[in-house]
Amino acid sequence: MKNFITLMLVAIFSWLAVLPMTASANNVQFPTLLEGLKQKNFSKKAVVIDQLEITGDARVLKVFQHMIKGKLYYEKSELVRFVFVEKNESGFAITNVLNDEPLGSVGKREVKKVKVNNKLRGKLRLAIAKLSLNHPDVNLRRDAVRLMFKNIDAAAVQLLTARLTVEAKDKVRDTIEVGIALFDLESIDKQVKLKSIEILGDSLEPAARAALLPLVAKDDTNDYLLQDRDVLTAAIKAVARIDAKLKYNNWAETIYFGLSLGSVLLLAAIGLAITFGVMGVINMAHGELIMIGAYTTYVVQLLMPDHIEYSLLVAIPSAFLMAGLIGIAIERGVIRFLYGRPLETLLATFGISLILQQLVRTVFSPLNRSVETPQWMSGAFEINSALALTYSRFYIIIFSLLVFAALLMILKKTSLGLHVRAVSQNRAMARAMGIRSGWVDAMTFGLGSGIAGIAGVALSQLTNVGPNMGQAYIIDSFMVVVFGGVGNLWGTLVAAMSLGVINKVLEPWAGAVLAKIIVLIFIILFIQKKPRGLFPQRGRAAEH
Amino acid sequence: MENRSFVMNLLANDNAARWFLSTLFMLGIVVPFCNLMVPQDSIFHVSSYTVTLLGKYLSYALLAIALDLVWGYCGILSLGHAAFFALGGYAMGMYLMRQIGDRGVYGNPDLPDFMVFLNWDTLPWYWQGFDMFWFAMLMALLVPAALAYVFGWLAFRSRVTGVYLSIITQALTFALLLAFFRNEMGFGGNNGLTDFKEILGFSLQSDTTRAGLFVFTVIFLALGYLVSRYVVSSKMGRVVVAIRDAEDRTRFVGYKVESFKLWIWVFSAMLAGIAGALYTPQVGIINPGEFSPLNSIELVVWVAVGGRGTLIGAVIGAVVVNFAKTFFTAAAPEVWLFFLGGLFIFVTIFMPNGIMGLVKGFSEKRAARLARQSPSEVRS
Repeated sequence: MKNFITLMLVAIFSWLAVLPMTASANNVQFPTLLEGLKQKNFSKKAVVIDQLEITGDARVLKVFQHMIKGKLYYEKSELVRFVFVEKNESGFAITNVLNDEPLGSVGKREVKKVKVNNKLRGKLRLAIAKLSLNHPDVNLRRDAVRLMFKNIDAAAVQLLTARLTVEAKDKVRDTIEVGIALFDLESIDKQVKLKSIEILGDSLEPAARAALLPLVAKDDTNDYLLQDRDVLTAAIKAVARIDAKLKYNNWAETIYFGLSLGSVLLLAAIGLAITFGVMGVINMAHGELIMIGAYTTYVVQLLMPDHIEYSLLVAIPSAFLMAGLIGIAIERGVIRFLYGRPLETLLATFGISLILQQLVRTVFSPLNRSVETPQWMSGAFEINSALALTYSRFYIIIFSLLVFAALLMILKKTSLGLHVRAVSQNRAMARAMGIRSGWVDAMTFGLGSGIAGIAGVALSQLTNVGPNMGQAYIIDSFMVVVFGGVGNLWGTLVAAMSLGVINKVLEPWAGAVLAKIIVLIFIILFIQKKPRGLFPQRGRAAEH
Repeated sequence: MENRSFVMNLLANDNAARWFLSTLFMLGIVVPFCNLMVPQDSIFHVSSYTVTLLGKYLSYALLAIALDLVWGYCGILSLGHAAFFALGGYAMGMYLMRQIGDRGVYGNPDLPDFMVFLNWDTLPWYWQGFDMFWFAMLMALLVPAALAYVFGWLAFRSRVTGVYLSIITQALTFALLLAFFRNEMGFGGNNGLTDFKEILGFSLQSDTTRAGLFVFTVIFLALGYLVSRYVVSSKMGRVVVAIRDAEDRTRFVGYKVESFKLWIWVFSAMLAGIAGALYTPQVGIINPGEFSPLNSIELVVWVAVGGRGTLIGAVIGAVVVNFAKTFFTAAAPEVWLFFLGGLFIFVTIFMPNGIMGLVKGFSEKRAARLARQSPSEVRS
């Protein structure tokens, strides 16, 4: 027994003795080198920077980045730890450099800045570039190259060339080549210059075009300033090539924006396509049901503040239920008494919309509420340097199509859908067959309203959530449904997408407001020409 | 003389109309008198604020008559009638703007302040002529009429009816709202037209002018009522009612439905334009908010509350609802929208014929009771 304890103690001690040695292999150097930054002498600091750079420690990059921005400090207290600072109202919020541990707030007097001069800044910039050029993340590598575009010099080019030999990713290679070409553009050697123009002409980097433009500048008499004809023609061709590509990109972007606006319209209108299109009920409170959905998202996020990432997954079904139940209540409480009197329905539901608006104003506040966007929805998918498609819009497009498909399935494949279609085509006959038309009405209206609620969840990610948000969508939604042809879901899809794209195509030259006016007038005139929309219902159902 | 007997003929056997006109007549005399002649501390004194408020209600009442003509009598539910009202208001506003002359903040004799602010150096062509009162008033009639004519001609000819028509009228006023919000339109953008000084040389701040404007509003409301009364009781009016009740049958009988609809639509737009022109000088501002779809739809509820298809009902509805609005927005602002919303629902479900429907039902019951009683009296 005694032996065993001795053995254990020996084991523990020997382990404890070994521990610092193994861990410190490349660790001990970093804090000690860091101490060197406390020196006043700038050239001594420069030496320390060089030493830090070659340690290969992952924390060095962050230290340099903060140092160049003047955010690297050390404590005056006995601990003299190095800290990163972030200014806040009370003073500085500090973070330990060694382990990223937040250390709370301190006053300005308690810390001392690590000072840098211009020479040191140049050195740091290069060091940062070098370190981030070797960063494992592809996008960070590319951003590092781009950062070097602004003041590219021989030293930078040397770094880039070195990286080019080991770089495996094409998109980083291309960016590096553009960087080198930007430097070569200033070369005296004509061949090198022409080559670099050629490379720049293939790139969509804004810096490439900006560098080429001075070459094709004109004087007051509309003659080119550049004398060298070969270089001039090459530059003109290169700029033209970039511009052609940019134009193409612009179109792609416009279409993408148009489709995403179209999806928003589709989401807003599709519930209405059910209540108005299938049931013939004019629901002016539709916009407010969208608003209810958006507020449900807000409440769900309040209830689960630690799980914003998943909040939308909870919000979608809750918004559907919430808006659906309110919709059923509206149908059973008011609309039921007004079937066959469309204008009265319009007025009564308008009254409901006013009440819902005021209710939200009283319960929450007249002010807009902000709904958080989950991490996975932010960011953009970069197709090339000039065209980036934001994820949020992409998800909205996909989401609206999914909702559309689901709705289509419900109407075509379920027994509820069958009943809905039967009642909408011939109510008396459907009743004679034993369909409870009242129940079907309530369910249909609930379905349309629930989808409005889902639309609200999507819209909460794009716009402000406020008591008036429903108003903004009601006219648009009606326009989409009427334009597409009442009672035709596919018509609604086509109408929403085409109106979205038309709007975005008009916007650049007409402005947002005028584009909207033009679209409205277009629809007004279109309805005169084809009163039943793009895809009118045919046959008996169309009679009344 | 001729005219007088004509009015008498029109009002024969119509007690309600005679009551209504005499009330208006009394209002037109008593209110200005109590405002100008009765000393301030007397309980009979009517403050200038009240005079302006009443004037506003009465110009709304004229607007309500205009909507009632198309909705109550012709079955066209317009959700954009406030657009015609606002256009009339803007025409008057433009005249009043020009009357400011060089008394604006920038002291420019030719350009209104907002144009100086936008760095414009000449008056846009469509502002020409608005320094003349008669021209501005003509425009207050013609601009709404022209818009109504173009819109109606397109809509009625292609037989856009029912809710479709309602929705595109709403789109129309929404498009105008967006357009008038633009500074480039040259109508003062967001702020609209305001800071008026005088009308026809009379200061708009003086009590006498306000009382005068009130009297004019009363006169125009009475005239508007009489002309509308004549229109709906004429042969044309009866065709219009027939269109409301059975559009297809009327067409098959041989009437050109589109022309009748267009006529009453344009006439109604002109009435709305007059109402707008009366409204602007009394309220002292006209801005794009008047085009908002909510205004048009509120107007619909006035008529619904009063009772559509009765011109007096429209007037009563406009006054009652607006009185309630003034009361609630001062006393309990958050209750107002609940009240308005509830009113929409209550009236459509329980009171489809509005206040006038209740009155009529009541008087019919009384007549029936009298009819039951009188034979027994004869017998005994």
